Amino acid sequence: MTKVVFIEHDGTEHEVDAENGTNLMEAATKHLVPGIDADCGGACACATCMIYVPEEWAAKLPAKEDMEETMLDFCDHSKENSRLACQIEVTDALEGIRVSMPASQH
Amino acid sequence: MSDHVVIVGAGHAAGQAAASLRQEGYEGAITMIGNEPYIPYQRPPLSKKFLAGEIGIDRVYFKPPEFYEKENITVKLGTRVTEIDRKTKTVHTDQGETLTYSKLLLTTGSRVRELNLPGFDLEGVFYLRNVGDVEGIQSYFNKGGKCVIVGGGYIGLEVAAVAAKHGIDVTVLEMAPMVMARVVDPIVSRFYERVHKEEGVKILTGAAVSGFEGKNGQLTKVTCADGTAHEADFVVVGVGILPNVELAVEANLEVENGIAVDECCRTSDPDIYAAGDCTNHPNPLLGERLRLESVHNALEQAKTAAAAICGKEKPYAQIPWFWSDQYDLKLQIVGLSAGYDQAVVRGNPDEGRSFAVFYLKEGRLIAVDAINRAPEFMMSKQLIAKGVSIPAEKLRDENINMKEMAAFAI
Repeated sequence: MTKVVFIEHDGTEHEVDAENGTNLMEAATKHLVPGIDADCGGACACATCMIYVPEEWAAKLPAKEDMEETMLDFCDHSKENSRLACQIEVTDALEGIRVSMPASQH
Repeated sequence: MSDHVVIVGAGHAAGQAAASLRQEGYEGAITMIGNEPYIPYQRPPLSKKFLAGEIGIDRVYFKPPEFYEKENITVKLGTRVTEIDRKTKTVHTDQGETLTYSKLLLTTGSRVRELNLPGFDLEGVFYLRNVGDVEGIQSYFNKGGKCVIVGGGYIGLEVAAVAAKHGIDVTVLEMAPMVMARVVDPIVSRFYERVHKEEGVKILTGAAVSGFEGKNGQLTKVTCADGTAHEADFVVVGVGILPNVELAVEANLEVENGIAVDECCRTSDPDIYAAGDCTNHPNPLLGERLRLESVHNALEQAKTAAAAICGKEKPYAQIPWFWSDQYDLKLQIVGLSAGYDQAVVRGNPDEGRSFAVFYLKEGRLIAVDAINRAPEFMMSKQLIAKGVSIPAEKLRDENINMKEMAAFAI
C-alpha cells in the first residue's frame, strides 16, 4: 500500500491507501474521491482523469507515452504538470505523493 | 409514501445513476436489481484486458463493493425484475419479492443477438457480453487450438486480437463484404483487415454461417452457406446486440427502437425514467432521435436521469464517442458517420498504423475515426460539437497542426 493524497479543486484533501500495481485513477475511484471521472475506465481514451503533479514528484513518475502526451495537449484545463491518472502505476516510490485535480474533467 | 428509487439493471448506467443520485443530494432509499451475480462492472475490458487475463474482476468493478454500503444503496443481485405495475408503482422479481417505488429507473441495457442456427447449443459456442461469457472463453484460451469468430464487428475483432496474441489460430467469418461495415468507411475496414492479417488472423468476408457441427456435444466445426467448413475448438459469436425493452413494452410504456425518453431521460410515465443502451432518446446536437450502444451514453444519461429524479433539469446533449483497442491500435471515434458524403483521409492507411478519417456531410464535419491519432480525436470532439465545416484540403494537410484546425472552421 502506498499513501496518496488527492486534492480537489476547492482544496478538500483525500488521503487514500493505494494498492501497488494498480494506477492512480483506480486509487481515486476506488476510494470514492470526487473529481476523477474516468469515463473510459482507464483505457487512455477519454482524458477525464487528469491530475496536476507537483514538480518535486514529476521526475519520480514514469514518463508520458505519446498517447497520454497528445491527449493532455488537447485538454481544456491542461498545464505543464498535467498527467492522466490512469497511466501512472502505484509503486513504493510514490509514497506520500500529493496530486490535485482540475475544476472539471470536461 | 417514502422516497424509494428502484433501479432495474446493474450495469454502467445503474452504477452511475446510483452515484449521481447521492451526488445530487437524494437521501431516500435506493435499490438496484441486477440479474448477474456481480455489482456493476465495466464491460469494455471484457473483450480487451480482462479477456486477456491482464486484470481481474476487482479491477473492472465500476465502484468498489464498499461504495454501495457507504452510500446506503441496496443491491439485489442474481435477481430479475419480472413485471412493472404502474398502477400500484411496484415491481415484482423472480425471487417473489414486490418492491414499491416512488421513482423507477430502467437501465436494462442490451443483450446479444443470438444465432439460432443448427448446433447453437454445442459446447464451445460462446457470445461475449458478461463476465460469465469471458470465463467460458478463457477456459479454451489456455488449451490453444483453433477459434472461429462469427462477425467482424468491434467485439469479434477485439476478441480475435486477444486470441491471436494468445497463440490461437483465429479465423473471422464476416457476412458483409467488409469488416466493421456498419460503422466505418471502407478505408478503415481495409486497414483493419490488413493489420489482422499481419497479426496472423484470417478474415473471410462474404461468409454466411449456416450452422455448427460437433462430436459428443463438443463443437468441431463451423459451416457456411456456400458449403465450406472451418474447424474450430471454440467459436465466439459477435453479431450485434438488442435493447432490453420487454419490461417497458409489457408495462405499456412508449417504446420504439428502445424505450422512448425525452432529453431528461423521462419515459412516457412521469415516475419512470430510463438510461443507457435501452433508450431511444433525442440528441439536440445531432437533431435526431437515436439509440446508442456505448459507455459514454450510459454514463451521461445516468447523470441526467439522476438529476431529473431530483427535480433538476440537466438535459443530455453530447456528441457520442466510442473506442476500440485491437493489438497496438487505439481507435477513437467521435460523432456518427451515417449519411456522410465525403471521407477525408489524414495520414496513410496503407502503411504503418496511424491515420484518421474525417467524415463530412455537405462540408460539415460529422464524425472522425482516429487510429493512434489522439490529436485528431480530441480536436474533432470540439469541432463536431460546434457543428462547423472545415475544408477537406486543410483536414488532410499534415503540415497543419490539429490545434490550428479551428482557424479554418466555416
